[in-house]
Amino acid sequence: MRVPLSWLAEYVELVPGTTPEQVHAALVELGLEEEGVHTFDLVGPIVVGEVLEFVEEPQSNGKTIRWCQVRVAPDGETAADGGEAVHGIVCGARNFFVGDKVVVTLPGAVLPGPFPIAARKTYGHVSDGMIASARELGLGEDHDGILRLSTLGIDAPVGTDAIELLGLDDTAVELNVTPDRGYAFSIRGVAREYSHATGAAFRDPALVVPAPDAAASPFPVEIRDDAPIRGRAAVGVFTTQIVRGVDPTRPTPAWMIARLKLAGIRSLSLLVDITNYVMLEFGQPTHAYDLDKLQGGIVVRRAASGEKITTLDEKERTLHAEDLLITDDRGGIGIAGVMGGAETEISDTTTNVLIEAANFDPVSIARSARRHKLPSEASKRNERGVDPEIAAAASARVAQLMVELAGGTAEGVSVIADVPARQAIVLPRGFVTRVTGVDYDDAEVRSALEKIGATVADLGGHDGVDDGFSVVPPSWRPDLTGREELVEEVARLGGYERIPSVLPVAPPGRGLTRSQRIRRRVSDALAVGGATEVLSFPFANEADNLQYGSADGSPVASVRLANALDATNPVLRRSLLPGLIAAAKRNRSRGLVDLGLFEQGLVFLPELGREYGTRDLPVGASLPDDETVAELNDGIPPQPRHVAALFVGETVTKQPGQAAVPAGIVDALDAVRRIGLAVGAEFEIVQGAHHALHPGRTAELRVEGRAVGFAGELLPAIAEEADLPRVVAVFELDLDAVIDLATVQPEARAIGTFPAATQDLSLVVDADVPAAVVAASVVEGAGELLEALHLVDDYRGQGVPAGSKSLTFALRFRAADRTLTAAEASEAKLAGAALAGERTGAAIRE
Amino acid sequence: MSEPREITEQSVESAVAAALAAIASAGDSAALKAVRAEHTGEKSELAQLNAELRNVPNDQKAVLGKLVGGARGRVNQAFAARESEIVAAEAAAALEAEAVDVTALPSRYTAGSRHPLALLEDRVCDVFTGMGWEIAEGPEVESEWFNFDALNFDADHPARAMQDTFFVDPPEEHLVMRTHTSPVQVRSMLDREVPIYVLAPGRVYRTDEFDATHLPVFMQFEGLAVDKGLTMAHLKGTLDHFVKSIFGDEAKVRLRPSYFPFTEPSAELDFWHPTFKSGPRWIEWGGCGMVHPNVLRSAGIDPEVYTGFAFGMGIERGLMLRNGVQDMREMVEGDIRFSQQFGMVV
Repeated sequence: MRVPLSWLAEYVELVPGTTPEQVHAALVELGLEEEGVHTFDLVGPIVVGEVLEFVEEPQSNGKTIRWCQVRVAPDGETAADGGEAVHGIVCGARNFFVGDKVVVTLPGAVLPGPFPIAARKTYGHVSDGMIASARELGLGEDHDGILRLSTLGIDAPVGTDAIELLGLDDTAVELNVTPDRGYAFSIRGVAREYSHATGAAFRDPALVVPAPDAAASPFPVEIRDDAPIRGRAAVGVFTTQIVRGVDPTRPTPAWMIARLKLAGIRSLSLLVDITNYVMLEFGQPTHAYDLDKLQGGIVVRRAASGEKITTLDEKERTLHAEDLLITDDRGGIGIAGVMGGAETEISDTTTNVLIEAANFDPVSIARSARRHKLPSEASKRNERGVDPEIAAAASARVAQLMVELAGGTAEGVSVIADVPARQAIVLPRGFVTRVTGVDYDDAEVRSALEKIGATVADLGGHDGVDDGFSVVPPSWRPDLTGREELVEEVARLGGYERIPSVLPVAPPGRGLTRSQRIRRRVSDALAVGGATEVLSFPFANEADNLQYGSADGSPVASVRLANALDATNPVLRRSLLPGLIAAAKRNRSRGLVDLGLFEQGLVFLPELGREYGTRDLPVGASLPDDETVAELNDGIPPQPRHVAALFVGETVTKQPGQAAVPAGIVDALDAVRRIGLAVGAEFEIVQGAHHALHPGRTAELRVEGRAVGFAGELLPAIAEEADLPRVVAVFELDLDAVIDLATVQPEARAIGTFPAATQDLSLVVDADVPAAVVAASVVEGAGELLEALHLVDDYRGQGVPAGSKSLTFALRFRAADRTLTAAEASEAKLAGAALAGERTGAAIRE
Repeated sequence: MSEPREITEQSVESAVAAALAAIASAGDSAALKAVRAEHTGEKSELAQLNAELRNVPNDQKAVLGKLVGGARGRVNQAFAARESEIVAAEAAAALEAEAVDVTALPSRYTAGSRHPLALLEDRVCDVFTGMGWEIAEGPEVESEWFNFDALNFDADHPARAMQDTFFVDPPEEHLVMRTHTSPVQVRSMLDREVPIYVLAPGRVYRTDEFDATHLPVFMQFEGLAVDKGLTMAHLKGTLDHFVKSIFGDEAKVRLRPSYFPFTEPSAELDFWHPTFKSGPRWIEWGGCGMVHPNVLRSAGIDPEVYTGFAFGMGIERGLMLRNGVQDMREMVEGDIRFSQQFGMVV
């Protein structure tokens, strides 16, 4: 809401010289946040001038200019720029006559831009200033010619300061109005708030306008709501008033144009300007019909589904059965509270006007405005709730201004009203203090509530029970429905700065949960291990989800958004990899080619063929039963937390004495091992398969025998398609599952201190037997004396039969209670080799 | 067989002198080893003189034995001294030979980093767990009931329109991308016993444009306390403590009246930023208020017995204000240079 200060000052005492900053500072304390300051941004001297004579001079460029002599100061006086009383000015426009009063920007003046005016040589003359158009002054859009003051109905003496004359010296403050305070979308509401903030005297514009007479012969109006929305009456108040014999061609006065302009509304024509002006002043939208274009009386009803109307913006709109429609005998003449119809619009031939001021159900208006994408100034106010008691006064104010500015005579106002009485709210004594922590006594509570317009009664008590206060909120505050809202009113008038700062003592907590601690450690481990954390948007497409979110390419379901921002990514991710691939691509395009990227985040895994959601929601403000809550939760698709990483380029770059180490599946598996350490889980790595990964370079990752993810290198074709090098190593894990399966509390074993015996074991085995399977057999066969084993060599070639490989393991044996002999260690080693032989056909290499 | 020697003072001294000269001239351990063989070995002059002792008359044995023994002792001593000199010199030489330019060594370390938003989120959580609060979480695809209805958003509230909220298709099934972490408030109240002191951090979604100051996906943290006797003073006290923890001891909070459907009274939260780049100032950071009684009722908590307060702030904005990030898009593009400015520290 933009509030011109001159207008504000009409309804609340504003000390002369009050700055916009001071107004902002006062209002922000009450919850009207500052949004900005608007001015016409003009610097004088800008004065009224009179065209004394001009000569038309055709130019070589085809234009004809006028070389004008313009009087800018009375005869014998010095002009406002210190120059002669008559200035020679070159003017490109030709829409004026000798004797016209115009606005002259003299040398030294500055127009918005900024566009400084100076005497300058042009078309063979020294042009000593400029004759201004309405647009150059910021007063309108008209730039077809210069502004002739007679068109605004103004005749002022030559030399008069035009900035002040036209109201261009005004300033508007812009306020952010929260959705609950519809009343503040008016000068009336803001003036009242300013009065609350500063104590300055407030004059209610609704009381300033003379109380309207009742219409002698009311215009026929019928309210017929067959289908109220959510049981709410569509129309609370509907007033009509006729003004006859207006002259719609008269100019809108400059002060009104200036105020509308500062408030953000363009001047259109006198009658329309008046309805807009009153809307801004009272907060009550009104509509003016050309009375002579109406056919029969008005009926307010719901639209028929598919019914059509052409609105003021010349757009044909197809209506919904919920739209509230103003109709006459021909059909729709306006979408109630949102926008009028084109057919009954006032025009420059209108002589008789019907003014409508009504109070509509905010929900109905909000739905229509949203449905037809018509967030008009009227709907903005109507959907936040307009004071139901102000319609007649607003109508009278419109009529008053029409008679004053457009001539004619106003008839009385006819009112249809069906507004339920406001319910009183019980405010327990001491409640304000209980909620705010500030000591408020009864008198201060009462005074604050009365100040905002509420009626307050002290209920006293009965039988030792304190009944507190009964508070009836004012008609313009539909948002005040409970005692907590009343607390806010007292607190904001009293000042939030009075609230003390007291740190509450929470009961002892248990810190982060196990899962929260682990997840942090996982990210820390990956970062310390050389990967960089990224946070991608979870928006994806079906192809991505099939590629990375399905191990074998069988169909998967995706959560689809109804209103995705990007039509190419309309679903939610099933995998973190597409985000990492996109990030890798972006980095590489910026010249960052060696990358380790990781992400931890939710993926969205609906089951195929299952429907999610809940058709009918329980109402708010009461606890649903357990079954209903369970149903709501059951309707939410699974969204576990995954962790994934991507490695591309070189993990170690070439350096003195160090060859480059290219990224590969090894990096992915090492990162998984780091996660194992951070989580407390032991990963089993087995040969795996994934349709997006290299068939020979894919590992399935298991914890406690359960598959929890995969690691590998992307299929080269997929990497190429993603503009990445041939080798891109990745892994993705269901982190929630890993955490669930991991050791919660490790059990300590005694650490043996007797000497260790180390031996090597070389086994020849078929090349396709995984080393891990051989190793597991050795471990099992060797028994408890074997403390550790690791693979030191995988040899194929001379001395080993074709199709076989020689695996060499380093073994470390130790007994808990004695020094092992070499013979004991050898015996254990051979037992291991024997079991490996039995299980895998491995033979000891001689 | 060499010539028999006569043990005289002169012959002994001559052998010693030759040995000492050879020892002194040995330059390294190999040379010293050769010298040792030549001057103390079985065929050395001194060894032979020593062997000659068995041929001297008994009455001279003691005197000559002392002479030869003393000579051998002096030579051995000289060997030991020279040996330790050579060992030390050779060790020093080895170290000198092994010297490297420590600024030109290869590194197998790769610089990784956490994302600063995640680090700041952790940091915020630590402040609250330090006060005894717990960290609560919930789903990102959420039922409208938890996201709106239970939070006192009317069915026709503008926030429920498609221009603000991502709806899951079909919209009649009432699933949305949560627009705030407030549904976790409701979940916490349903799952936990009062008193409740929880912080809910996480990702939230709005159909905002994607520019320097708006993201359609961003991170929030919301606090909720429900207990007997909580007032706006406790809200302010909690926020004061929090901003001091994050922005320094001079930081403090100012509340301004505002409106949110799920709190009443409601407030905008400004904080005094004592180290803001262009000078200390008040900066708007979020919203807060006393939990609306309808929200308590939705979770089965009696508003006649309990009151609560809640607050919510954006982590992205926190990072901008605290660490000087200028453009929000940098936070989501995944450019490693952005995260690596922070490493593991925010």
